[in-house]
Amino acid sequence: MGINLFQILNGLTFAALLFIVASGFTLIFGLLRIVNLAHGALYLVGGLAGYSAAKASGSFVLGALAAMALMAALGAVLDRGLLSFVRGVELRQVLLTLGVALILDDIGLVIWGGDTFSVPVPQALRGAMRVGSVMYPKYRIFVLVLGLLVFIALWLLLNKTRLGALIRAGVDDPEMVEAMGINIRRVFLGTFMLGAALAGLGGVIGGAFLTLYPSADAEILVFSLAVVIIGGRGSLAGAALGALLVGLLNAIGQVMFPELAYFVIFGPMALLLAFRPLGLFGRAA
Amino acid sequence: MDRRRFLKTTGLTLAAGTGVLSAPFVARAQNAPIRIGLMAPQTGVVAAGGREIIDGFSLFWESAGNQAGGRKVEIIVEDDASNPDTALQKARRLVEQAKVDMLFGNLLANTGLAVANYVKGNGTPYFIPVIAADDLTQRARIKNVIRAGGYSASQFPRPLADWALKQGYRKVAMISQDYTFGHEQCGGFAQTFTEGGGAVVGQFWHPLNTSDFSPYLGQIAGLNADVVFAMETGADATRLIQQYASFGLKEQIPLLGAQNSTDQSVIRTMGPECEGIVTSAHFAEGADLPATQAFVKTYSDKFGKIPSLYAFSHYVGAMWVAKAIATINGKVEDRDVFLETVLKTDLPDSPLGKPVRFDDYGNPIYDVVIRKTAKNKDGKFWNVPIATYPQVSQFWKYDPAVYMKQPPYSRDFQGIKKA
Amino acid sequence: MRAAPLSPAAASPELPIRKSRALPWIALVLLALALLPMILPSYQVSIATQVLIFSVLAMSIDILAGFAGRTSLGHGAIFGVSSYVAIYWTSTMGGDIWIGIALGILAATTLAGVFAALAIRTTGVYFLLLTLALGMIVWGVCLRWTAVTGGENGLRGIGRPAFIADHVSFYYAVLITVAPLTWVMWRLVHSPFGLTLRGIRDSENRMRSLGYNVPLHLFLAFVVSGFFAGVAGGLYVLFNNFVSPSTVQLSQSVSGLLMAITGGIGTLLGSFVGAAAIIVLENAVSAYTARWPSVLGLAFVLIMIFAPEGVVGRARILLVRRRSRPSTQRRSGG
Repeated sequence: MGINLFQILNGLTFAALLFIVASGFTLIFGLLRIVNLAHGALYLVGGLAGYSAAKASGSFVLGALAAMALMAALGAVLDRGLLSFVRGVELRQVLLTLGVALILDDIGLVIWGGDTFSVPVPQALRGAMRVGSVMYPKYRIFVLVLGLLVFIALWLLLNKTRLGALIRAGVDDPEMVEAMGINIRRVFLGTFMLGAALAGLGGVIGGAFLTLYPSADAEILVFSLAVVIIGGRGSLAGAALGALLVGLLNAIGQVMFPELAYFVIFGPMALLLAFRPLGLFGRAA
Repeated sequence: MDRRRFLKTTGLTLAAGTGVLSAPFVARAQNAPIRIGLMAPQTGVVAAGGREIIDGFSLFWESAGNQAGGRKVEIIVEDDASNPDTALQKARRLVEQAKVDMLFGNLLANTGLAVANYVKGNGTPYFIPVIAADDLTQRARIKNVIRAGGYSASQFPRPLADWALKQGYRKVAMISQDYTFGHEQCGGFAQTFTEGGGAVVGQFWHPLNTSDFSPYLGQIAGLNADVVFAMETGADATRLIQQYASFGLKEQIPLLGAQNSTDQSVIRTMGPECEGIVTSAHFAEGADLPATQAFVKTYSDKFGKIPSLYAFSHYVGAMWVAKAIATINGKVEDRDVFLETVLKTDLPDSPLGKPVRFDDYGNPIYDVVIRKTAKNKDGKFWNVPIATYPQVSQFWKYDPAVYMKQPPYSRDFQGIKKA
Repeated sequence: MRAAPLSPAAASPELPIRKSRALPWIALVLLALALLPMILPSYQVSIATQVLIFSVLAMSIDILAGFAGRTSLGHGAIFGVSSYVAIYWTSTMGGDIWIGIALGILAATTLAGVFAALAIRTTGVYFLLLTLALGMIVWGVCLRWTAVTGGENGLRGIGRPAFIADHVSFYYAVLITVAPLTWVMWRLVHSPFGLTLRGIRDSENRMRSLGYNVPLHLFLAFVVSGFFAGVAGGLYVLFNNFVSPSTVQLSQSVSGLLMAITGGIGTLLGSFVGAAAIIVLENAVSAYTARWPSVLGLAFVLIMIFAPEGVVGRARILLVRRRSRPSTQRRSGG
């Protein structure tokens, strides 16, 4: 089977979704140094909550906003409520988030019942449009555009605002920032909430074309891990590049080597971790 | 010192553990209740179907007063977590610890196979309304495994292939999940379709949980097929149907499917993209038969949704076995008699709407209904019958002995008859 | 990123137990375990066997996590590969069960070597993530290589040899296998090699500057750890008679790690407590509810917050505190 424009577009649109989700993950990993294994659960539960909100209100946008708000709140609870007990010991934090992931996933199952849900696509985005030589679903083009917008928004945030400067400084050297008298805890909390909100947004966006079902959280988490490992901790450009790589590899892998589905992504990730653990753009702690 | 503490903690843990573990261990008394171990995926990727298995099964027993053959019936539910290791562990627990009289349930084929091979060794009756692996009632038949309310995977696609030929379709493109269930359904379709003069112009197998069908849909579009047959379950079914529509194929090539593709568990959350798909099954929830509609109404009133395959099959399976238990006055301990009685029991009035009975191999013979997805009066989608094929067994029109000489369906063997 | 030990207990001073004091206790524990089948019903004996088998897996994880400071999420895959090879050898190739198990252990040890070669350069969470990724690759292979692994259907074993076919004799067979294995692991982590590992765990830089070949030690520790995980996998074959991709899945690694943590990372013997706690808890919870994942998640959260050093680890800390209180002349460590 050859690769055609279709598959490339699929890779790009999946990359856009991955970027939205992984950017949140890398911010939390970069600044708070927490590998938030509950990120996938935030995606799924956020997506489900957004689905319910969108269905109830009839508005896709409202659904997305609801998901982001809810997940940001949940993120705050997670950071202040649970992670505050295990500050400083990274592995403890990681394993705690793993526990949270199990709980959140189960709560999602209890509340929504485990059916496969499809977030309703707004009328304007239904159907296909011409892209080059192919007819391609409008909604997926929207995802691609949204991914770019999120990248720009985050880039502006990180590079043109004071908060962003604090975050970047904190990624490099949290002790220094604290020594300058800044309440680094508030920056951490804000970042965590932002990361969680991005996961929730991802859930709604992804839920419209990939659907939401019980193991979707593990799948997206695993992809996000690959993106962030490849791209490097705390780097937005790294997340973008990593997402592109993983998205395209996944699309190509599905077409050319469907038997080796995970290997196509995890092989490079494992090799990269083995020889360049910091990823493409990561900085040392 | 820490070793003393260690000993104490271990001792206490073990003592507590023993107490906890021994709790469900019940002494057998003369008029003890009949214990049924129901395994269903309550967690994991097919949890929604598992929920319906439990609901459908329990609904029957509730309506029967939780008793059969003069004895009380106790149901013990265990989660098989959608994976075979857990299914095996739970089966062991149910049989050896909870000492159940029979096992019921499971959803995914691999969980059913793991349990079937376990009960092969100890003779516990195991009823599988949803596990459809062909060989369990064919070449690798286990005598204490019976498909009460169940079917074999290749059973229903054959009449569908015949119907497709009658519509004038001669070229089919097939897309399916790449595992045994998919291989067997497609094989059933392909063999009948090609033996009737049709041709399979392309077969596409994709891994379970494929999010992107465009590589396959792209190719299918270029094959000049008259009709497409899609064997999908769960989230894959939802996505395929959606993408079939969003990539424009819905208007071009009619879509046929396995019954799982348009089961309620898939279409109840979908919109117009799932309309007009033709499948074949042993029931149609939109069939205008009193028994079917009564069941649909009772189930929807209680659970707020139209029942799916999982609910239907387990209700029917429970009903069937309950009837057999009544025939032997509740004496399920005599396993040979019990199993024989089940096989000889006919079920004339189940929600399936038509009478059913077993063939000589533990698989039921059904009137297969060719059904199409359509909107009901409430605006929800369900399947309505458009044709019926009476008395279809797992062997279709073949002689069982001759049929079983051909290899089981697999990716490599699809029974395709060369032109 | 510094390689922070998982818990303070792992870094706490060891309590040297004089052999003469320990022996009667060891004998008592073994006696209690030997008498277990007389007080438990047959099915519960099989649960006790399961605890023993998974204790070995948990201990293998502890060797790396507690003593070398490297927490792995790939040991489930190593464990499961041993089972796959053993069952493949017996069921598909028709070979002898004992050779099959030996081959399985060899395969697990080799796989651990491969993992080690890739993972040695990393520490902390990166090590965790790398072993997780490697485990996922193994899972993917087991799921897709249907011709060899049976795909999602898994592989069925040929059953246990007749002399250990029933629950009680099998329990004793496992007991007399696990007891000496535990002794070997104990001696290993208390040997000079083990002390070097602990030095590496506490401060890799210092060990390097002292001239120790750190990568080699870590590599060997991983391989040895993989060997014991492989042994657990072989015992599992006899226990379960079935292997499927779920056996090598991430959840297996997570479960093993939780058992090690619950008992106490760095205590080795705590694994028995951890395995017993988790397995018994699962049996108890599943009888009443399908919400086992929530319970497991909650266990993770609570342990990480309140008792990250585990049951035995906490006991040890309390003991050190108690000992060091009365008189400063009493030796409390070293």
